[in-house]
Amino acid sequence: MSAVPLRRSGRRGPGTDLWNASRLTYLTLIVACLVSLFPIYWMVVVATRSNDAMGQVPPPLLPGGQFAGNTERLLGNTDANFLTGLVNSAIVAGCVTVSVVFFSSLAGFAFAKLRFRGRNKLLLLIIATMAVPTQLGVIPLYLLMTRLGWNNHLQAVIVPALVTGFGVFLMRQYADQAVADELIEAARVDGCQTFRIYWSVVLPALRPAAAVLGLLTFMTTWNDFIWPYAVLNDPQNPTVQLSLRSLSQGYYQDMSQIFTGTAIATLPLLAVFIIFGRQIIGGIMEGAVKA
Amino acid sequence: MSQQASVRSRRGQSPGGAAAPPAPPGPAGPAEARRTRLYRWSRLDHRLSPYLYVAPFFVLFAAFGLYPLGYTAWVSLHDWDLMADDHPFVGLANYAALLTDADFWNSVFNTTGIFVLATVPQLLLALWLAHLLNRTLRARTAFRMGILVPNVTSTAAVAIVFGQLFNREFGMVNWALDLIGVHGPDWHSNRLGAWLAVSAMVDWRWTGYNALIFLAAMQAIPRDLYESAALDGARQARQFWSITVPMLRPTIIFCTVISTIGGLQLFTEPLLFNSGPNPIRGGPLRESQTVTMYMFENAFAPNFNFGYGSAVAWMLFLLIIVVAAANVALIRRSAHRGG
Repeated sequence: MSAVPLRRSGRRGPGTDLWNASRLTYLTLIVACLVSLFPIYWMVVVATRSNDAMGQVPPPLLPGGQFAGNTERLLGNTDANFLTGLVNSAIVAGCVTVSVVFFSSLAGFAFAKLRFRGRNKLLLLIIATMAVPTQLGVIPLYLLMTRLGWNNHLQAVIVPALVTGFGVFLMRQYADQAVADELIEAARVDGCQTFRIYWSVVLPALRPAAAVLGLLTFMTTWNDFIWPYAVLNDPQNPTVQLSLRSLSQGYYQDMSQIFTGTAIATLPLLAVFIIFGRQIIGGIMEGAVKA
Repeated sequence: MSQQASVRSRRGQSPGGAAAPPAPPGPAGPAEARRTRLYRWSRLDHRLSPYLYVAPFFVLFAAFGLYPLGYTAWVSLHDWDLMADDHPFVGLANYAALLTDADFWNSVFNTTGIFVLATVPQLLLALWLAHLLNRTLRARTAFRMGILVPNVTSTAAVAIVFGQLFNREFGMVNWALDLIGVHGPDWHSNRLGAWLAVSAMVDWRWTGYNALIFLAAMQAIPRDLYESAALDGARQARQFWSITVPMLRPTIIFCTVISTIGGLQLFTEPLLFNSGPNPIRGGPLRESQTVTMYMFENAFAPNFNFGYGSAVAWMLFLLIIVVAAANVALIRRSAHRGG
């Protein structure tokens, strides 16, 4: 499977003209990309315009100059606590990302390179946990958080997410290939303790996979809605997605303010995606083939 | 395995051999003791480290994954009012009530309806896009990023934006439909309309993601299969259905199962699509209330009936298993027939 070249060479053998894309292919793909981008673009258009933009016929398609004014109204909106939401989301996503990368790479290293009893069964168990629907656990988790007194505290969102089965699996797959057994042997002969081997030999080798896992984790955590919605009831202490919801729940809908909020909550992720898109795509495709 | 064992025995010999049983008292003693301690420590490290490293996952999963799973079952057997002090055991009464609960079946109906509307076109479209992306292309990465962009945005933001796109009076969808002479429905209070709008959100967000997974699997199909098929005179469409699709069967099953698990748990999209006083009901007549929304309505505000909500959760789990198994069986059979 690994012998298949990812990039097909420009020169083609007999019969491979099938792989030469036609104009129709390009047209279809361009339309698909435009459909993908349009709602995001339109979000930015409304975010930079005044409220009448919503009722205009035909709808305006170019950004306006109202972004600053909209942002000011947004930040002044005491029902939404948007700024708190941004800070909270940054804290939650930051903590979860660091922890998921650390614990997943540690466990991935153990599964890929250390020998211990029950290894394969435990790994299978981890893969199986990925199929358990998350919604099923919401109610008892809520009760548990109530008992711990963590309701409305950020740790209720952070702690259950500290390490994921997906992360462990991804790191194991990568560590299996990227770290040579000889390297670990050599470090051990030199007297390294296992953790030292992880920290100085394995972790540096896992950096590309760690970056992808970190990016994916950050995005998922930043975007998460359901669990924070269940456990963070205090409108004074929301995550950014929750404050978007409070914004859009009012009877009077200030759409340009709401869209400014959605834009501010989305654009950082888009920026990350534009910079690291290639790695993220590689990570998704890599994980898929081996799954 | 054998390599590891040899290292262990090699390391085991030197301290073992040096530390002759009656250690002579004197200057050599402390050094000897330190070496033995070091050796013991290293053996302990060797043996325990792996378990220590994989433990965080299992501890967290046990506490926040497995325990809730069992506890939901336990709670579902009780009359568990969040506000009440005691929670009497009622056996299967919650489940019995659920089976005759019209609102629950309505939510099952909505969920499966939205799920079918969303998943079928999504996977077919993804398969087709992957097929196109699998050709020699200019600007490959740009196209891939283009179709994946929806996946990195937040569901909450998407639901709000789509809620406006599908607005009855000012929505761009109805405006565009008017241009071609079609009078669009009120997407927010028409059942099929709400289903279509929510499905559109799901499709928009996940088609590109699935396309990339299909693409990855397509690239692993040996090229010579196509070449020999082409020599035998098979045209592109024929090659697609006779080589690509059968070879992709495991991936198609994988994507279908993942989409089933995700699709049947749908919550954020329909919740935020419905604004107004009681969005958890999914519109004035529960037109787009999904099972997860019904679970939330019962377990949290306004009902606070955890027992009943837990019963809904377990029924949802059952539904997911049944639908996923049915999907797998269906794909297996159709692929056998086709191939």
